[in-house]
Amino acid sequence: MNLRFSNKAISGILTVVPAREVAFEQEMANYNFSPAKCLKLKLAMGYGKHRIVAGDACASDLCVRGLTALFDRGLLKKDEIDALILVTQSPDHFMPPTSNIIQGRLGLKRDLLCLDICQGCAGFVIGLVEAFMLLEQEAIRKVVLLNADVLSRRVSPRDRNSFPLIGDAASVTIVEKDPSGGPIHANLKMDGSQADALMIPAGGFRCPSSPETARLEEDENGNFRAKDHLVMKGDAVFNFVQTEVPPMIAGLMNAAGADPGSVDYFMFHQPNRFMLRKLADKMQVGYEKMPSNIVENFGNSSGVTIPLAVTFNAGERLLRERLKICLAGFGVGLTWASILMNVGPLAFCEMIEYD
Amino acid sequence: MENKILDLLKGIRPEFDFQASSDFVEDGMLDSFDIVTLVDELDRHYGISIDGIDIVPENFASVGAIRAVLLKNGARE
Repeated sequence: MNLRFSNKAISGILTVVPAREVAFEQEMANYNFSPAKCLKLKLAMGYGKHRIVAGDACASDLCVRGLTALFDRGLLKKDEIDALILVTQSPDHFMPPTSNIIQGRLGLKRDLLCLDICQGCAGFVIGLVEAFMLLEQEAIRKVVLLNADVLSRRVSPRDRNSFPLIGDAASVTIVEKDPSGGPIHANLKMDGSQADALMIPAGGFRCPSSPETARLEEDENGNFRAKDHLVMKGDAVFNFVQTEVPPMIAGLMNAAGADPGSVDYFMFHQPNRFMLRKLADKMQVGYEKMPSNIVENFGNSSGVTIPLAVTFNAGERLLRERLKICLAGFGVGLTWASILMNVGPLAFCEMIEYD
Repeated sequence: MENKILDLLKGIRPEFDFQASSDFVEDGMLDSFDIVTLVDELDRHYGISIDGIDIVPENFASVGAIRAVLLKNGARE
């Protein structure tokens, strides 16, 4: 569906990555591949190093780190937050909502909407759409959108399909009313018939965790994972992305009456470099306009990869300039969604570490 | 072109005799990561970009299928 918003803007983006950095070479021995084959894969997919949490750090810990940094620096005031949206697939608990936990830990006001959304790779776009809808209300003037995942804790270290590329991170995005905000165009689609393409089979109420679901099993490609771990049908996801994303972006441009050549950046979800470069080639977009360097530097942190791509690749520019940016996320659900909007100049657009 | 394809396949999976197989995928000689590696090398060698929607196992199941996908995507013999 096509959506349109006006008089709203992003005013700041902060991303939080774990200080712990692990190189692909340090983990190669875990995979059932020869070193030579691992290195070829590294070259093609763009594996390098990834940031993963140490110990039992949770999504809320990364979010609290980011919000506290903003409060301490006077970039955000507690009492001006009217809604706190958290998009995550790794909540601290099934209940209560992790956004409520964050509210309590930070002592935020009670006159506040806390909302958890379970979305993954498209979670930044879905979260923004939710924020824009909330800002239609007179009582809501400023929304804090949190995206956070610590999915490395649910990926088997012996699964070469997923572990080399997984990353943990969080982002804090401030979304608010802005009378000068130009039109914002959005497009989103879902296909739950392919829900098993990316999933964690056990741990919910359908298949509770047990000693049986924790047992590692070898798949046909020599990966070892348990039902408690994330499993990805890589071929199906790749084909879905290559088939659905280019027409979605074409439809978004058409609905907005925009020339793709006028877009400064295509900040897309970062599954791996190979997939993104295939998209860029198909869409005839220069690689410099569609960054694909997040997996090699930080790993794929699901819904956080888009704000990470923004802060890493355009952080300085966005402090000074207004850029036309096309955002697109695609994956878990399956869900695919995109936004075309002007962004900047921002009050902040940077990355910090969680130690 | 066939010889170059065989050279690249041999480089990726030296343990297999690709000339003895009529279906590399069915025979377990190429997995999805091998296909990614092969596409990356074919793209660079022929100076093309194989369309993402063509990157499906059946297009890499034989030398003939690989040749066909290369020609479709602008490679020259």
